[in-house]
Amino acid sequence: MARQLLFQLRQEIGLAEQRGSNPAMSDLAAIAPPDALESFVSAAADGYRYGFVTDIEADEAPPGLDEGTVRFISAKKGEPDWLLAWRLKAFRRWQQMTPPDWAKLDIAPIDYQGSIYYSAPKQKTGPKSLDEVDPELLKTYEKLGIPLGERAALAGVAVDAVFDSVSVATSYKGKLAELGIIFCSFGEAVREHGDLVRRYLGSVVPQGDNFFAALNSAVFSDGSFVYVPPGVRCPMELSTYFRINAAKSGQFERTLLIADKGSYVSYLEGCTAPQRDEHQLHAAVVELIALDEAEIKYSTVQNWYPGDAEGKGGIYNFVTKRGACRGAKAKISWTQVETGSAITWKYPSCLLEGDGSVGEFYSVAITNNYQQADTGTKMIHIGRNTSSTVIAKGISAGRGQNTYRGQVKVMPKAADARNYTQCDSLLIGKTCGAHTVPYIEVRHPGAQIEHEATTSKISEDQMFYCAQRGLSQEDALSLIVNGFCKEVLKELPMEFAVEAQKLLAVSLEGSVG
Amino acid sequence: MTKLLEIHDLHARIAGGRDILKGIDLTVAPGEVHAIMGPNGAGKSTLSSVLAGKPGYEVTGGSALYDGRDLLNLAADERARAGLFLAFQYPVEIPGVNNMYFLRAALNAVRRERGAPELDASQFLKAVKEKLALLDIGDDLLRRAVNVGFSGGEKKRNEIFQMAMLEPRLAILDETDSGLDIDALRVVSNGVNRLRDPQRSIVMITHYQRLLDYIEPDYVHVLSEGRIVASGDKSLAADLERRGYAHLVSAA
Repeated sequence: MARQLLFQLRQEIGLAEQRGSNPAMSDLAAIAPPDALESFVSAAADGYRYGFVTDIEADEAPPGLDEGTVRFISAKKGEPDWLLAWRLKAFRRWQQMTPPDWAKLDIAPIDYQGSIYYSAPKQKTGPKSLDEVDPELLKTYEKLGIPLGERAALAGVAVDAVFDSVSVATSYKGKLAELGIIFCSFGEAVREHGDLVRRYLGSVVPQGDNFFAALNSAVFSDGSFVYVPPGVRCPMELSTYFRINAAKSGQFERTLLIADKGSYVSYLEGCTAPQRDEHQLHAAVVELIALDEAEIKYSTVQNWYPGDAEGKGGIYNFVTKRGACRGAKAKISWTQVETGSAITWKYPSCLLEGDGSVGEFYSVAITNNYQQADTGTKMIHIGRNTSSTVIAKGISAGRGQNTYRGQVKVMPKAADARNYTQCDSLLIGKTCGAHTVPYIEVRHPGAQIEHEATTSKISEDQMFYCAQRGLSQEDALSLIVNGFCKEVLKELPMEFAVEAQKLLAVSLEGSVG
Repeated sequence: MTKLLEIHDLHARIAGGRDILKGIDLTVAPGEVHAIMGPNGAGKSTLSSVLAGKPGYEVTGGSALYDGRDLLNLAADERARAGLFLAFQYPVEIPGVNNMYFLRAALNAVRRERGAPELDASQFLKAVKEKLALLDIGDDLLRRAVNVGFSGGEKKRNEIFQMAMLEPRLAILDETDSGLDIDALRVVSNGVNRLRDPQRSIVMITHYQRLLDYIEPDYVHVLSEGRIVASGDKSLAADLERRGYAHLVSAA
């Protein structure tokens, strides 16, 4: 196996995302050398198993985006004035901004005026129980294998299912309520827990943070809200399944999760979308707040439609995820398995504000066919004795382009900060690419920063060895890829890890053989 | 008795090159152990690669029947599932993939093919323990990634352990003795001897007569310049050790 050790320490200005500038960046590109594996690489996007469309009449905003659209959404949701004002402020900021161009992504121009910014399944009043949920929706969930109702109970998962923007069913609320845990749709949180929302909304990702966060802040339709009270350990994995469905509807989720002092919560987010011919824009914002000694574990499996073998269609996924360790010894851990979307632009980050706080980022990103991913993290060390760990695994196949972009920043007061970063790239075939772009900025002399990177390629010898032991090419590939991702997959909650392993195999179907 | 392997006038080359095998004839019956010896460049490894179906080789003539089936028309993984096992001269490292996990996946693939039920984790563990006891080898390799950081001896030992687990009908041992010290050679040879079975055929490819002191073959063949130039019983090997290959090569 050709193995290349790349090591780089850079003192450079932070990610351009923060500043809207485009600093010169070093691109450590590794293009796979040609060999006979090439003959195995054939594009086959029909491995996408969740490509079906549910027939539900949507209640949509007219296409286009102006102040009227923002007001329409806010009115539709029956929001208080402060939130409308907040949205309008975001919208005005957004109008002044331009989309970021520093990522290594080839993006066709997006017609923001051609999109629909609100669409909801028609429902006069919210369903009180599963019986009231549209059977079509339930069938869709069934096809996706989402554990609602009985299955949720068996799996011990409380599901706040978001279907096209509006929450349809929430389970386990009672049990959580006994512990004082709030887990509800964002809209409900605005109505029932307005002060909490108002206090924390935008406190980690400000409205003007970046182009897509500003857009989301203006037009977000729904999402999830979690509050865990002091000292409470949430007894189950909280889980939300997203699904983009109605044609031409961009989806703008907003998640706000607050773990109060000494609490613990594990949150799962999994996504699949039906097959579509045209690009769908998705710009979510996730904000996490961990107070003193609180711990948040946030896991994502993302499997949106990646486009077909020719690169047609697929979701554009521009997500801003950020957590603030606001208290001492707080901990935030991100784990993501990104297999879908035509374009992924995503940097789940940690602001390590509290002394002794800990940030973690574990990531697997797969690009096959014409998929592009530019993903990574930002670890901003602000408090003393803060530490962070970054383990990023990128897998490229077909004509996929996979970029790790990560920033480690140690601020002047962050004494004894510590970071360990490891990013590994695996190449399958000779037409894909892997790129590693680390930014390291250290402003305190006591910091200890490590960055390790490797690039390897699945070799013909490995494939033959597996074949000689009786494994089919698909099985061999799945075995090698799962082995490569093991350090990340083991961070996922059990039920998610199984799903993720299957997903890795499905995502690479057709890349070999 | 029906033959397990019948090779007739086999010609093969590395894709685009000149023929390395220039008319191999070899017949192996169930339960037989054949040793194929020969100097460097004789085509020994090419023969094992072609029989196992390694990509990058071309068969340019002749035939090979395995249990009456056209072996050369099967993909490498199909041959393996049909019971053909190659102990690699240079076992391949697969970082991140646990040795046990790998072996279980392989064993279940083979079992599916045979119509046998797949083994769950505890059944598999039981089978592993039995084979370890049979081969008299430790379990130190099982928790590590496939061949990663293994010494030469450990790699070969692992190959024989895989063979024991997969229970092939035809095992091709490609220079299994190379790079082994005398103790490791004894462990590996003992393992192979315990896997001898009336239903299992073994083809050993080796440079040295030394291996044949430990694993006694029924037949010995000398391969030179792509052809088998001499065949006989074990005494042929002893003769070779004494006189070298030169007289046979020139005779051919």
